[in-house]
Amino acid sequence: MFRRLRTIRARHWIHLVSLAGVAFAATGCHIDMWYQSKKVAQDENEFFRDGKADRLPVAGTVARGELRHDDAFFTGRVDGKLITDLPARVEVSKELLERGKERYTIFCSHCHGAAGDGKGMIAQRGLSLRRPPASFHTDRLREMPLGHFYEVISNGFGVMYQQGTRIDSGVGAEKGKMDRWAIVAYIRALQLSQYYDASGLSAEEQEKLGIPAPEQIEWKNAFTEAQKKAAGSKPEEGGH
Amino acid sequence: MPQIFSKKANTYSRVSLFCLLALPAGAIMAGMAVTRGPAQTNVGMPLDQPVPFSHKHHVEELGIDCRYCHASVETSAKAGVPTTETCMSCHAHIWTNSPLLEPVRKSYETGVPIKWQKINKVPEFVYFDHSIHIARGINCNTCHGPIQDMHITWKGQYFFMRWCLECHREPEKYLYVNPRDPDKDPRQKAFDLYSLNKYGEDLTPIEWRNLEGSDLKFSKDQIAEGEKLVEKWGVKVKQLTDCWTCHR
Ligand code: HEC
Ligand code: HEC
Ligand code: HEC
Ligand code: HEC
Ligand code: HEC
Ligand code: HEC
Repeated sequence: MFRRLRTIRARHWIHLVSLAGVAFAATGCHIDMWYQSKKVAQDENEFFRDGKADRLPVAGTVARGELRHDDAFFTGRVDGKLITDLPARVEVSKELLERGKERYTIFCSHCHGAAGDGKGMIAQRGLSLRRPPASFHTDRLREMPLGHFYEVISNGFGVMYQQGTRIDSGVGAEKGKMDRWAIVAYIRALQLSQYYDASGLSAEEQEKLGIPAPEQIEWKNAFTEAQKKAAGSKPEEGGH
Repeated sequence: MPQIFSKKANTYSRVSLFCLLALPAGAIMAGMAVTRGPAQTNVGMPLDQPVPFSHKHHVEELGIDCRYCHASVETSAKAGVPTTETCMSCHAHIWTNSPLLEPVRKSYETGVPIKWQKINKVPEFVYFDHSIHIARGINCNTCHGPIQDMHITWKGQYFFMRWCLECHREPEKYLYVNPRDPDKDPRQKAFDLYSLNKYGEDLTPIEWRNLEGSDLKFSKDQIAEGEKLVEKWGVKVKQLTDCWTCHR
């Protein structure tokens, strides 16, 4: 009699345990495919000394369709001289300047200020900055060839770090990506807007505007005029 | 013949029958609650990071755009965690002696990246792409919670398949334009929201909810507007729920 009871108990236990197993499986907590052996961006890889799975291509590699054959466009220099005009394939348009404004706001404004006067958030907070961010509204920078600005974005300048890794160089320029040049164009537009001859406006308008917003300039004309002016002045040899 | 079972036995048998069914179901549900709860999915749990990086400080108080640090979010699948150089572009100038930033400086010197703990992740058999969502003006906070309020970043959503599908079935509920500039590219809208908030602009109800990353409530008008946008932007609603959209 007792023996029988014990066998029944044992069988119950088996049932109970297997039930728990089924319940566990039904909760769906298997993760066999969640982590696969493939490497995705920013993964770790112990194989390399720096632990990064992302590798750079061998120096000098040129990806298909990414040959940088246009010196003016990709370096801001032709024959070692900074270019004073925008490269041929950059066309000044309202869209370009709007793009430039957007990118400038993301990448430059917290140091150089929304108006380019060098009074961005960082400048205002950093009492002990080694060198303050530059104001673009100096005679030197107003007359600086445009290629210089491209270089500063791509390679940095003095204590300013390069910003190029995050801003499109225009490798895919066929697709209309040319963010660095868009920023360059916008900076020149900022310089113009701060240096704007407001005599054409009524006093009331001048009062209201203070400084005209970049949107209020006849882009194309103002732009080419500034270009002429910059071209007329001596471009600085050899950059910084 | 006397009754073998008392009247109470009826109740007992019912109760035990009920238990027979309810216990396994309860066990399954409890198990599911555990595997899908915060302890497993980490939703709402700040993780221990090598540097106590604060989005509240950098985004809300300093007003830095997401794209300064997560630069590829508009153009590629991955948003990417910023490189050490990105931090150093500011921290070589400012707060240069902070002990909290020691790991950043060390990483910059040695070239070994900082090991941030991953917070948001979908299983590797799921394909997710940031760029298309940003192009349609889906806010970061809809998927990541109120980033601008986080001192230490936590996970805002659990990323179950059901959750993705809720929106993929009816994207019109989530699409809207910035009423201040309705013709602007929707891409910029999500980022503008943070600065609008910072400078105390009046936000519409849907903007508020998007900013807080809370569950949206949908009004008829808004859904009708959304449907127009689906049409205008050519959102491919039909294929959004196909398995191959997310499992390739
Ligand atoms: C982290 C702060 C910071 C950011 C972000 C930044 N800059 Fe600078 N920038 C500086 C500082 C500091 C200087 C002064 C460097 C010096 O004098 O050594 C400077 C100088 C410059 C100069 C002047 C070069 C000259 O000839 O005097 C230009 C032009 C410039 N920056 C452009 C840009 C552009 C364009 C961007 C955005 C893509 C940008 N900067 C983003 C801090 C910054
Ligand atoms: C100053 C640089 C910076 C800015 C600006 C910034 N982030 Fe981050 N973000 C980081 C760093 C560093 C991490 C990794 C550490 C962490 O998780 O807190 C991170 C992590 C994240 C994560 C979690 C990543 C993961 O591991 O899953 C999300 C989501 C995120 N950021 C969203 C945003 C959003 C949205 C914005 C704009 C409102 C933004 N970030 C702005 C630097 C930044
Ligand atoms: C655009 C400039 C900028 C960038 C980029 C930036 N920070 Fe900061 N960060 C600041 C400023 C400004 C402060 C301090 C502001 C204040 O309180 O005055 C700060 C403060 C901090 C602090 C607090 C320091 C302390 O001792 O209290 C930490 C930690 C920090 N940042 C980490 C990071 C990390 C990690 C990154 C890279 C993902 C980063 N920051 C990128 C501007 C920046
Ligand atoms: C539709 C939902 C959704 C939106 C909108 C969204 N994210 Fe994400 N985010 C995700 C998912 C899902 C992951 C996990 C991706 C993975 O595991 O590959 C993620 C991961 C991340 C990460 C971690 C690392 C990486 O490289 O992907 C960061 C950083 C991030 N998001 C930032 C942002 C920012 C900034 C925005 C807004 C501009 C944003 N996200 C908008 C869903 C979203
Ligand atoms: C708030 C709404 C929303 C959420 C949440 C969301 N999505 Fe999307 N998703 C969209 C929209 C809108 C599109 C754009 C469709 C279009 O324009 O054709 C999209 C597109 C996509 C695409 C590209 C489709 C294609 O045709 O190439 C993928 C992949 C995708 N989502 C994956 C995910 C995954 C995975 C998740 C969950 C982690 C997710 N999404 C969550 C709204 C959302
Ligand atoms: C919008 C994107 C999306 C679509 C469409 C989608 N899935 Fe998923 N699926 C996901 C995500 C995200 C997960 C990961 C869920 C998690 O983390 O628990 C997932 C997980 C799964 C899993 C694994 C569940 C587990 O816990 O192991 C299966 C099976 C699956 N999906 C099947 C399908 C099938 C079948 C379809 C078509 C009817 C489909 N999915 C369509 C996003 C999607």
